[in-house]
Amino acid sequence: MTAALGSPGIGRFGDFGGRYVPEALIPALEQLDEVRRKALVDPEFVGELDRLHRTYTGRPSILTEVPRFAEHCAGARVLLKREDLNHTGSHKINNVLGQALLAKRMGKRRVIAETGAGQHGVATATAAALLGLDCVVYMGKVDTERQALNVARMRLLGAEVIAVTNGSQTLKDAVNEALRDWVANVDDTHYVLGTVTGPYPFPEMVRDFHRIIGVEARAQVLDLVGRLPDAVIACVGGGSNAMGIFHRFLDDASVRLVGVEAGGDGVETGRHAARFSGGSRGVLHGAATYVLQDDDGQTIESHSVSAGLDYPSVGPEHAHLFETGRAEYRSATDAEAMEAFRLLSRTEGILPAIESAHALAGAMVLGQELGPDAVLLVSLSGRGDKDVHTAARWFGLLGDDEGGMP
Amino acid sequence: MTSTTPSAGSSALAACREEGRAALIGYLPVGFPTLAGSLEAIAAIVEGGVDIVEVGVPYSDPLMDGPVIQRATETALAAGMTVDDVFTAVAASVAAGAPAYVMSYWNLILRRGVDRFAADLAAAGGSGVITPDLIPDEASEWLEAARRHDLDPVFLVAPSSTTERLSVATAACRGFVYAASTMGVTGTRASVGDAAADVVARTRAVTDLPVCVGLGVSNRAQAAEVARYADGVIVGSALVRALDEGGPSAVGRLAAELAAGVREGRG
Ligand SMILES: Cc1ncc(COP(=O)(O)O)c(C=O)c1O
Repeated sequence: MTAALGSPGIGRFGDFGGRYVPEALIPALEQLDEVRRKALVDPEFVGELDRLHRTYTGRPSILTEVPRFAEHCAGARVLLKREDLNHTGSHKINNVLGQALLAKRMGKRRVIAETGAGQHGVATATAAALLGLDCVVYMGKVDTERQALNVARMRLLGAEVIAVTNGSQTLKDAVNEALRDWVANVDDTHYVLGTVTGPYPFPEMVRDFHRIIGVEARAQVLDLVGRLPDAVIACVGGGSNAMGIFHRFLDDASVRLVGVEAGGDGVETGRHAARFSGGSRGVLHGAATYVLQDDDGQTIESHSVSAGLDYPSVGPEHAHLFETGRAEYRSATDAEAMEAFRLLSRTEGILPAIESAHALAGAMVLGQELGPDAVLLVSLSGRGDKDVHTAARWFGLLGDDEGGMP
Repeated sequence: MTSTTPSAGSSALAACREEGRAALIGYLPVGFPTLAGSLEAIAAIVEGGVDIVEVGVPYSDPLMDGPVIQRATETALAAGMTVDDVFTAVAASVAAGAPAYVMSYWNLILRRGVDRFAADLAAAGGSGVITPDLIPDEASEWLEAARRHDLDPVFLVAPSSTTERLSVATAACRGFVYAASTMGVTGTRASVGDAAADVVARTRAVTDLPVCVGLGVSNRAQAAEVARYADGVIVGSALVRALDEGGPSAVGRLAAELAAGVREGRG
């Protein structure tokens, strides 16, 4: 079903985006837009963010060629953009440092965030500690249980973690609760939204803070291979690591942009987070985009082994890239992603985040399709330390018997 | 604005103004605790004295609502409420003698089809729609449908609204303007606070439409206080709680108390 979504107005990517929020938040969104536009051309802001990238995050992140893993991608050349090596263990820090600096500029003393896997919450707690801001992180109760280690990390960093017990008790409910907090405390609080969705200017702003991933990677691939990659592959939860790595390649028509959504138990089972094959046009969390919803427009709960991809909606710019055909979206099931997780660990000594393992699963399929001459650039958005418990359970490595990955 | 015939809701507000008092607007979510239970509750609050009913549509992601309404809407959804039931509730309110506005998050309207939603609401006798997560800037399709079907689009203003935003919101409203009393979500509060009177005064400076105040009003004294400066007093969470705890008779009694309150305001 294709619904008309509204007029092209402020902050649209084609039909998608916009500001579907209570009027009470509009002044804060307008202030944020003005401050971030000025900041992006202010040498002092740009210089400070650049200094933090180099001396705190560890940028530029390196490119790693993975030939032993590539044997499972039909011999295509596979290059990993190592966002997993960033401080705090994922790409999320790129966006958070930018937004935390903006919060300071706006004179806000408190930041709030939602988190699913906990990586965005950890990054926000980290930036808050670094810059002396109070920090509250909302996390669905289900996620606090499956990512317990990250809850402890956030608390060690001085953040208050609030377990959300409404609705499905996962990421979407954490976003609802963060938005409620923001409406009530907008005077002194900035909402550090963790991905490329939400009301404008968040989708564009978060993308711009992650754009550095693709800017670095494009130059690194040219340097190493002497040509552009055939495909750029990234997992898509809300879609921030994907927009970050895609954006610099948008004008390179020869480069295929491939987003991999969470297929959960399989799209045909209904238990998944594949918004582009199982969802439809709608509005959620402030943006017109693709949403998993029933015939009445009630949100359908998503399912994935990966907490960071377990979200029923997706950033509006991805919806636009999907409908225009500039990017393609596929899905990898839990089992396919876990197989890719196992393979990268065993062949290259790199434990990927389960989110990123979905992109690796996508690379295995694309390698088959494109053959050994292809060059595949994969966003390794995070490291798997947070997922050790989930993966060990998946592979049966806990308990008395020795076990072992098959 | 090229307003045609005033809606029933608009006429009810005008009649209250004639009487020299604020209107009482009571919110209840359709389908809570069941569809039949919600229809009974609507009849009870009309009997108790609400002038206008605000029929809430339960939504899976109610980001403007506090815990009381969240729980009620979760119950309604679990019990199988559908958007079709909304029109049944609207018709029931009108049959009981009170004009009805629907309060709905935008995705539910979008999903049904904006024009179809408007047509169904008009057929049920509804007066308009309050849209908590739709700002006029995104509402061109809805504004056209509302005009076509002679429904009142009601947008919100808030204490944070600048003069420019107040102008944008009120220019798009028909029937009345919904002024949020505080920065926050629905829920009962110990006091309504000074921000409400201020936002009403600033809204009146840019529009002649009635200005109704919602969020936080829970008892007779608060209703009287808000009725001193507003054209309508909107009560939600307190009614939902009364319904939850004491059923239709309790919610009817609270409506009667609140109706007495709005008559004391400018006594
Ligand atoms: C390592 C990692 N990758 C990807 C994601 C998904 O987010 P996005 O799609 O915004 O990149 C997450 C979210 O928690 C994450 O932790």
